[in-house]
Amino acid sequence: MSKRNPEYDFKWCPGCGDFGVKRAIEGALTDRSATLSQPIENSVIVAGIGCSGNLVHLQEGPQPFGIHGIHGRTLPIAYGLKSNRPDLNVLIVSGDGDFLSIGGEHIGPQAKRNLDVTVVVMDNGVYGLTKGQASPTTEIEVVTSTTPYGKLDDRSRPFETYLAAGVSFLASTLSTQVKAMQQMILEAMEYPGFSIVHVQSPCTTYNDTYAALKGNEKEGILPMAYPIEEGHDAGDIDAAYRLARDSRIPVGVIYKKEDSIPAHERLNLARERTGATQKSVEELFQTMAI
Amino acid sequence: MSKNLVVRFAGEGGQGVVGGSEILAAAAAAVGYHILTFSTFPSQIKGGPAWGQARISTNEILSSGDELDVLVALNQYAYDHNVEELSSTGFVVYNSEEFELDDPRAIGLPADQMARDAGNPRAANMIVIGAVAQLADFPLNYLEEFVTKRFTRGRAGDEQIIEGNIKALHMGAEAAKELGMSLDSLESPNSIEGERILIKGFEAACLGAIAAGLDSFIGYPISPATTMLVYMESNLHGSDKFVGQASSEIESIASLIGAGFAGKKVMTSTAGPGLSLMGEGLGLAWMAEIPLVVANVQRGGPATGLPTKTEQSDLIVAINPGHGDMSVPVIAPGTIEEAFWAAADAVNWAERYQGPVILLSEASIAERQQDILKPDMSKLVVENRSVSDGSEGNERYKGDAVSPFPVPGGPGAYVANGSEHDEQGDTTHLPDVHIRMTERRFKKLELLMDGHYESENTDSSIALLPWGSSKGPTYAAFQSLRSKGEDIAWYYTMYINPLPSALLEELLSKDLVLVPELSYLGQLAQILRAKGIKAEPITQYTGLPFKENVLEARIAEIVQERAGRLLVS
Repeated sequence: MSKRNPEYDFKWCPGCGDFGVKRAIEGALTDRSATLSQPIENSVIVAGIGCSGNLVHLQEGPQPFGIHGIHGRTLPIAYGLKSNRPDLNVLIVSGDGDFLSIGGEHIGPQAKRNLDVTVVVMDNGVYGLTKGQASPTTEIEVVTSTTPYGKLDDRSRPFETYLAAGVSFLASTLSTQVKAMQQMILEAMEYPGFSIVHVQSPCTTYNDTYAALKGNEKEGILPMAYPIEEGHDAGDIDAAYRLARDSRIPVGVIYKKEDSIPAHERLNLARERTGATQKSVEELFQTMAI
Repeated sequence: MSKNLVVRFAGEGGQGVVGGSEILAAAAAAVGYHILTFSTFPSQIKGGPAWGQARISTNEILSSGDELDVLVALNQYAYDHNVEELSSTGFVVYNSEEFELDDPRAIGLPADQMARDAGNPRAANMIVIGAVAQLADFPLNYLEEFVTKRFTRGRAGDEQIIEGNIKALHMGAEAAKELGMSLDSLESPNSIEGERILIKGFEAACLGAIAAGLDSFIGYPISPATTMLVYMESNLHGSDKFVGQASSEIESIASLIGAGFAGKKVMTSTAGPGLSLMGEGLGLAWMAEIPLVVANVQRGGPATGLPTKTEQSDLIVAINPGHGDMSVPVIAPGTIEEAFWAAADAVNWAERYQGPVILLSEASIAERQQDILKPDMSKLVVENRSVSDGSEGNERYKGDAVSPFPVPGGPGAYVANGSEHDEQGDTTHLPDVHIRMTERRFKKLELLMDGHYESENTDSSIALLPWGSSKGPTYAAFQSLRSKGEDIAWYYTMYINPLPSALLEELLSKDLVLVPELSYLGQLAQILRAKGIKAEPITQYTGLPFKENVLEARIAEIVQERAGRLLVS
């Protein structure tokens, strides 16, 4: 809402990857709204806490609804929201700390339910807002303010975590590839099931990984990120696991489960099967009559 | 002739002691007695000391009863640990296949063998109930009628089961008759006007919420609140309704925030440990102004505490469940009938002031079964939040109190924000905004200060003010003390936070307000003292409810001591 609100003074650092994510989300929501002829108010952005969560206040142009909740709880908030209002388009924005550390316990349940929401994870490999502590995706041995002897814990492997949790749709991209990311987010929002778009979104202040992601041909440094080859079968979970286990970062759609039945459809099918209908309170009292 | 019969079935969890008491109670209710059951059992699937108690009366019942007329003991431990509560004229019925008792008041029955002889090995309870009925001169045909009704389920074996059970009842009665002992006969029931129902506390609370238009219930299993989740899973249906089992209480409260934000009337049920986990989420609901209801069924605490016992020790945490400046509205029902209205009001309050509300129940209310008159649905009021028509633009938090609520999909898109925020919900930490928004959130509570309260003999300078389940035993003590000429006032409300403003005024004028409550701290008394009321708690922390006579003695002692002091000064 920043455009209408000069007092809102939150700023990302110059060069922050999250700027690119913001543009991609604005584009994807506007495109979706136009394609489906739905008002943008049918979309809700559920934001976590951290630099990434502030994206919800920075949306320019037509404004969706938003929830800027508490640390780590984007997924359960979205669970109640989407389960009660399957007509709404629910987009979650979160970071590696918010989503994988404090919020990690919520990935499994939503994946198992196949909640029909899309998560955009902005992974900068550090706690930026609190000024540079180690996050789950900080590399081992890296010195941060909370790892003065170098990080002792192994780096978390988000793609493997997602696949093991049972996520139905998984894509990976870079904050610099705005147009491709916009398409990826659109595809994830259209997908009927739990979808994650994991974005490498560098922190220029505490963990600037732009150079590592891009590599440097002259110095013979291989880029960390590489495009997934065209022949990859995104419907093949084994192929998806092979990509997820790569030490480098594959960019593209890693996994897209076929025949996905989202949570609210499962409920509808169960309703049809059982034919349960609401009894009035009066009828329920009658069952207790003496 | 007696007006009251109190029977306790004591044994191990899994032996049907709760079922036994409930069958006896249901049979008595069916022929027009008032009944109230109470049970206590360990936190395990089977085994451990458990008991179920039925109180049967020709008058309205205020508590589960003081002394036992009949103790049914299924093992030695049950006898040893319950016999001291037996009345001087009471009897013990025990299972003589398990152990032998040398007690002149005890009747041993080989119940399992007798059940097999009756042709239904599962009818040991019926043998015992037959014996109890004989002792109390409770007509067997009432029980026969009940058994026939209960087991007529349209199944092939119904007739055989009914026959076996009725035979078991008679065999038990005969055995007791042979011993020639009997209690003072129970008076015949009075006729009761109106439609009566037999209902448990958790059912009443669920129905109250459904009646107020509940759309969604999401919860996580925890004793003693699981019954509400299970009831909702089976009884809240419809294409626009949603009931779900969350993966934790953290997920429950967060999902309620999402659903409440989406425009729905939402509720969860939990108990102490779950409420502790919900603290941060409740803060978000308070801050972002999201209507939702948390039913907290109190058990003993802290930590795992006493998961299946009853206590009133969550009041302070219910009002202040999380960090920071907040005061969550709390409604605490004191009876089963109130549980229905309290749940409806909790949903209404959440809609009216747009924020979280705690329905503060207790194990002893949730699990209790009682006959009540069917709630008069013509008295039901259903409130709905004021919904934005878009005329405020994006300024959802405009003004100094409640403002129209934009519903996603409609106009007025804003950010529901847990950070301090301006009118559109954008984060702002400027002092003047924090002052304005904090005052706005507290001002909304003024909409909830019109709650009903009871009062009697209000001229007295010493008052009783119980809350929750302590209402019944305290009222019984109050009536008894009044009949003995004690000058003492009665006040009661289920609207605990904020208190009805008129009640607060009255209490402030008293020299002493006695608050019977089941906790060590005496939490309501603490809260009242902070408001300038001269309140003192009468506490008990056994995991069990108050007994009427114990409470009466303690009140009388304090009142007399007080009177003595007043005379001296």
